[in-house]
Amino acid sequence: MNLRSFRTAAWLGWKIESNWTDPFLFAVYSIIKPLAGAAILVVMYSIITKGDFTNPLFPYIYLGNAFYMYVGAVMTGVSWAIIDDREHYRTLKYMYVAPIRIPLYLIGRAVARFLTGSFSVFITIVFGALFLHVPIEVAQVDWLLFSVSLLMGVVLLALMGLTLAGITLLLARHSDYLGDAVAGGLYLFSGAVFPLDVLPAWLRPIGYAMPITYWLELLRRSLVGSVAQAFPTLASLSNNQLLAILGGMIVLAAFIAVITFRYCDHQARERGYIDRTTNY
Amino acid sequence: MSADYSIETESLGRVYRLRENKKKKDQPRELVALSGVNLQVQRGELFGLLGPNGAGKTTLIKILTTLLAPSTGWAKVAGYDVHRETVKVRPLINMVSGGESSGYGLLTVRENLWMFSQFYGMQSAEAYKYIDELLATFGLTDRANTKSADLSTGLRQKMNIIRGFMTGPEVLFLDEPTLGLDVGASRDVRGFVRRWTDENPRRTLLLTTHTMVEADELCDRVAIINRGKVLACDTPAALKHELQQEAIFNLDVSAQNGLEAAHFETLPGVHKVQLTPFDGHSQLQFILAEEAVLSAVVNTLTERDVTILNLTKREPTLEDVFVTLVGRSMAEEEKAGSNGNGH
Repeated sequence: MNLRSFRTAAWLGWKIESNWTDPFLFAVYSIIKPLAGAAILVVMYSIITKGDFTNPLFPYIYLGNAFYMYVGAVMTGVSWAIIDDREHYRTLKYMYVAPIRIPLYLIGRAVARFLTGSFSVFITIVFGALFLHVPIEVAQVDWLLFSVSLLMGVVLLALMGLTLAGITLLLARHSDYLGDAVAGGLYLFSGAVFPLDVLPAWLRPIGYAMPITYWLELLRRSLVGSVAQAFPTLASLSNNQLLAILGGMIVLAAFIAVITFRYCDHQARERGYIDRTTNY
Repeated sequence: MSADYSIETESLGRVYRLRENKKKKDQPRELVALSGVNLQVQRGELFGLLGPNGAGKTTLIKILTTLLAPSTGWAKVAGYDVHRETVKVRPLINMVSGGESSGYGLLTVRENLWMFSQFYGMQSAEAYKYIDELLATFGLTDRANTKSADLSTGLRQKMNIIRGFMTGPEVLFLDEPTLGLDVGASRDVRGFVRRWTDENPRRTLLLTTHTMVEADELCDRVAIINRGKVLACDTPAALKHELQQEAIFNLDVSAQNGLEAAHFETLPGVHKVQLTPFDGHSQLQFILAEEAVLSAVVNTLTERDVTILNLTKREPTLEDVFVTLVGRSMAEEEKAGSNGNGH
């Protein structure tokens, strides 16, 4: 029954995600949006480095930025379902009354965002490889490392989203910005747009404490190993060590997500927030 | 707990903490929504909670459906504690709230219902069969493939009612299910509710309403609730029987001078009197200890130059029961509650 609920939640998420326009426009939007985001980054990089696209920093930034799209998509996808169901569709109470595992339902709702996010990431990377000389060679890619890393990252982001969903249960107005705010905050410290070495020494521990840093490093290494080696940040760690650290952090994230969600869920029932609407 | 009880509560209470208003520090910081509620609903019963808006009916339903934690006391549904054993309670219940437009407007009626059937573990084929049956029962077959956003409020409400019944709950909670429905649709829903409960003696239904006719016509037993407290609980007939020893009269009168209920309240044998301006006249409703008291009432009217236009004796209703228990009608009580000048 849990699998059935998960599948149904994913189906619902897809219906909602793809509902706002016709399929053709949806496809066009899905291509243009990530490319526009990448174009901004490329233009900024080009101005700052005076067009030096051969520097390893470019693929480092480009790939980090591309995969960072997953952070907003998955994490916000999970937590947004609370707002969407409670405020917009007014069905959260019916979901709560139903015999489903709410965390599983919320993660199911985010599957659609993961899929559209994957499409965006794919388009961005293909565009980078074809037109911006991002040095990805299909034959050189470590597909096993890439698959394992990607899977671990998605699980990690879903767990972080669940933590946010718990907090969202206790918030009312404007908590839809919570996911974006957290994703934006992590963006600077996770090595997505610049190596941690660029940060002042006293800020670097924040980056080292964040699992997304290790996840992005693993993805870069699996796709373009030479780029990752050009920066000393995590060079002393092997792939297996990075995987072990990421795995440990996922366990910790799962623990935090379960505890936070349970606590917030309990508090929401104590305070009567499950079906509270603010009509904003 | 007795195995015959589908719903049982003891000393159930709920207090909402209100946010402090810095400009009005003298305002209360707590709202008592429920206080000391003791209820036993037997398996197979169609039980009604009757009370004005703000009486605590919805709060009670929220607690019983695991959405809200009680502040005091406990409640069990189908034998399980609703606060501590939510996972065991939820597969056995369902709920429908009236007067709201919940649902995924982007999905068709059939898709909405199918989706919820999946959350309750129904096989798709079985679910579709039952959905189609219920759509036909509620006259929604031709709207099965309409997006629910395109439905009127009444039709959307019907869809939600189907969602509640569709999953075959052991205990179903209907919170003002006919709110927003027209007369005919309300009658259809009441008919279905009665049949659904009668078909299977294991099915229990708790219905909240502020419509007297609904409670009277439909429920095996009724609890009258006001300001978070259960004031009386019995069959509608028994509740009304309490008043049958009294005499209830309605008088339409035309008064030259000011007429007040207080003019009659001191008369011996007058239990309750209500004065309502009506269509240029005044309507008086008396609950008298016995018919003989009427002569004293008529004398008082004559002394005050009041012309009696119409006089009727009538059977007691649940509204009269409410007036006897609370001291004013449900509409007056709602008004007093919203003005914050109640008892």
